[in-house]
Amino acid sequence: MWHAVDEALREARRDWMGLLARAPLAFLEQWARTEQLAGALPARTWLRPPETGLVMLRARAGGSGERFNLGEMTITRCALRLDSGEVGIAYVQGRSARKAELAALADALLQRAERREALRARLVEPLRARLAAEAERAARKAQATRVEFFTLARAPGEPT
Amino acid sequence: MYVAVKGGERAIENSLALLAERRRGDPAVPELSVAQVREQLRLAVDRVMAEGSLYDPDLAALALKQARGDTLEAIFLVRAFRTTLPRLGYSLPLETARMRLARRISAAFKDLPGGQLLGPTFDYSQRLLDFALEAPEAPPPAPEAPAVAEAAPSVLELLAAEGLVEAEAEPPGAGEPPDLTREPLLFPAPRAARLQNLARADEGFLLALGYSTQRGYAHTHPFAGELRYGTVDVELVPEELGFPVVVGEVELTECQMINQFAGSGTRPPQFTRGYGLAFGHGERKAMAMALVDRALRAPELGEPVSAPAQMEEFVLAHSDALEAAGFVQHLKLPHYVDFQAELDLVRRLRAQAGEPPA
Repeated sequence: MWHAVDEALREARRDWMGLLARAPLAFLEQWARTEQLAGALPARTWLRPPETGLVMLRARAGGSGERFNLGEMTITRCALRLDSGEVGIAYVQGRSARKAELAALADALLQRAERREALRARLVEPLRARLAAEAERAARKAQATRVEFFTLARAPGEPT
Repeated sequence: MYVAVKGGERAIENSLALLAERRRGDPAVPELSVAQVREQLRLAVDRVMAEGSLYDPDLAALALKQARGDTLEAIFLVRAFRTTLPRLGYSLPLETARMRLARRISAAFKDLPGGQLLGPTFDYSQRLLDFALEAPEAPPPAPEAPAVAEAAPSVLELLAAEGLVEAEAEPPGAGEPPDLTREPLLFPAPRAARLQNLARADEGFLLALGYSTQRGYAHTHPFAGELRYGTVDVELVPEELGFPVVVGEVELTECQMINQFAGSGTRPPQFTRGYGLAFGHGERKAMAMALVDRALRAPELGEPVSAPAQMEEFVLAHSDALEAAGFVQHLKLPHYVDFQAELDLVRRLRAQAGEPPA
């Protein structure tokens, strides 16, 4: 029973961390400003202040074969603890310490069961909708370039 | 041999100042911003990311601005920057089959699940200079069509499932792939090391080698089985968490080449494959890489090694733009002692031969 609850929370956290990592910084800043106005941003301490480094991106030969190292990507990570005890973690693409901080803060707040639903409605779901809308628009533009090629077959008896 | 020299501090300082002035160009012309380079010279940015072997469009754009548009110099700057950063981990293998497609074509099949999407391509442009671009441009938004929820599986996986093309699968018990940023390149190089080398290799060098295979220097009979460009999620397992999370997304170009089939008394005939993968939108790069990858597989496929593109030591040791540019251009550095020694030698030889002193 407990295990199932942990599993569900883990999946939920995987989901929101993935969305937060892809959020535009301006979107997270806007959220933070809104929360600040409501007096909702709690005190926190750094467990690991923001640190920028590299992650080696791996791929597979032929897309599905043996793994190889393709090249690196910049990434920034941090970890913080709220005074109420939750630990927020962020690993986000790029070099923005501020973005990592806000993502870790949101990760910590989302772990508070009593605040989760409200925060989902204010932050996670609008972010999901925004990213989905962007992906949808890109997909629609690609789809408008969909092409049907025809081969011009020769009539029977025509010289080849 | 290069012998160190001293001096020239003032001249060097002034040279750097002159370089900065030239970089800026005519001050009456508005200055280029890094964001403008990133957005409007994106294919140059993509090439710097691919050969700099570092995915960060802002850094690549900054490098291009600093290098006055010199691609190789920008790659040098990016490679130098990466040495200042710690390695924080490795991603899970990128799932290119789940790419959010901006473009996807096959030159081998007309009809494929998921369809063919031309995307943004120069292929069907007429290559006429567009003088309208001399004035500010505001193109209308690109047309849209309803998105379809149809999967676009890798064409080669479909053929591999039928056994018509060789399957690509992780070999059982495969260890960690070699990493050329940390280990020297050793020969014979495993395919994983070759692919890493080719992924960061100079596009011009790969293009020429790929072209040479088409002209008969290593016959591989290629078809562009599939070429796709789009966005792929990057996932890794943070050490604190122990489960994978998405940390961002990258644009990639992937080329799956279908090549020369081979069979034997014990194995039915089957097409072989070459693979290309590049950061950003880099079709020439990905295609040339796939041609060279396939050519380098000659020993594994029992083919004679006779052409330059098949010789891994020749290809892999000369593919890196940074190393090549560095060694060629080091000839600009003072070689005074060296040259004096040779000059003396030539003078003595001439004297011995009875030539009058020059």
